Amino acid sequence: MLRKRLIPVLLLSGRGLIKTVKFADPKYVGDPINAVRIFNEKEVDELVFLDINASRENREPDYALIEDIASECFMPFAYGGGIRNTDQIKKLFNLGVEKVILNSAIYSDLSLITRAAEQFGSQSVLASIDVKANFWRQLRVYNHLEGKTIDANPVDFSKQVEKAGAGEIIINSVDNDGLMTGYNYQLVQSVASSVSIPVVAC
Amino acid sequence: MIVIVDYGSGNLKSIKNMLVFLGVAAQISSDPEIIERSDKLILPGVGSFDSGMNNLRSSKLVSVLEAQVFQEKKPILGICLGMQLMTNSSEEGREPGLGWFDAKTTRFNFSSDENLKVPHMGWNFVNPVGYSRIFEDLNGPLSRFYFVHSYFVECFDKSNILAQCTYGTEFTCAINKGNIYGVQFHPEKSHKFGMKLLKNFAEL
Repeated sequence: MLRKRLIPVLLLSGRGLIKTVKFADPKYVGDPINAVRIFNEKEVDELVFLDINASRENREPDYALIEDIASECFMPFAYGGGIRNTDQIKKLFNLGVEKVILNSAIYSDLSLITRAAEQFGSQSVLASIDVKANFWRQLRVYNHLEGKTIDANPVDFSKQVEKAGAGEIIINSVDNDGLMTGYNYQLVQSVASSVSIPVVAC
Repeated sequence: MIVIVDYGSGNLKSIKNMLVFLGVAAQISSDPEIIERSDKLILPGVGSFDSGMNNLRSSKLVSVLEAQVFQEKKPILGICLGMQLMTNSSEEGREPGLGWFDAKTTRFNFSSDENLKVPHMGWNFVNPVGYSRIFEDLNGPLSRFYFVHSYFVECFDKSNILAQCTYGTEFTCAINKGNIYGVQFHPEKSHKFGMKLLKNFAEL
């Protein structure tokens, strides 16, 4: 039987790793290559790296850093941050990345998921969906670039993402980020029961 | 030196990364002369069966590899699609395979009530059948490897089966015949277990 996967999600800012609280207050926590070495020894199931500034700064993924990470990452390696087209995805796979994670690019256009899944297989295309409660305490998809929620509820948006061809969904609750108080189980449950692809709680 | 055969299919870099980490000389190449100078070969592969076979043929590598494997008797390890290409055929495509094993490649076929997803993706336990050098120190109950595949190999000659795995049904996840080896999982992404397997292969 397949084992449940335990996946550390590491946030890149520049060439360092940071930790945030509710997507703000970044604090430096260490060097990415060092972290990869530690997680190799801990035998974790996969590693996720998210470059949280790439899209905001409107730049390409840091290919040199990603190549360095891949050369030490002896487990499946998923990367997200600044990905807008399939040429970038191809380049990332050639560096040793197994899966790409799409986030801000899909809020306006789900077709990138479809094109990437057709070219590389849906198992290698993940959608990361950030979720935050709005003023009326309704859970909505959150666009971190604009710093506000968009008019889409996480369950409907997850279904669209699945239909577009994503192989997995990462659900990230902004309100729970960095508080170390656990997941929003209700949110994860509601998404997981409405799609048939794996849902990773973050 | 181990040559990782580049026929335009798959993620070769991570295999090389792990071999380099293990201190094993490795090179990615599609050049017949370099392939002829190798001690061992790895046939990687991600993607569909037909595109893999077509790429191997259009790179004119089939006869080069067969000379190395059958005349020079060099050890070769097929990984994922690379293993499947060593069988006679696949339900995924129409092209004939290399036919190095009396085996065929079949799709997982689950009834909807089994609630099992295809591809079989993630870490799973691997049970070696009997003794083989590439599974040395990997025959404990905790040896696990990373899989991503929708098709698996069915051996007609059961003596070719090296290891089994269970996903809905028991299937063959490693095969061997003489100097030819194949694994369905990805040792290059299976940290210490994959390292041990590649090290065992390098030391054959």
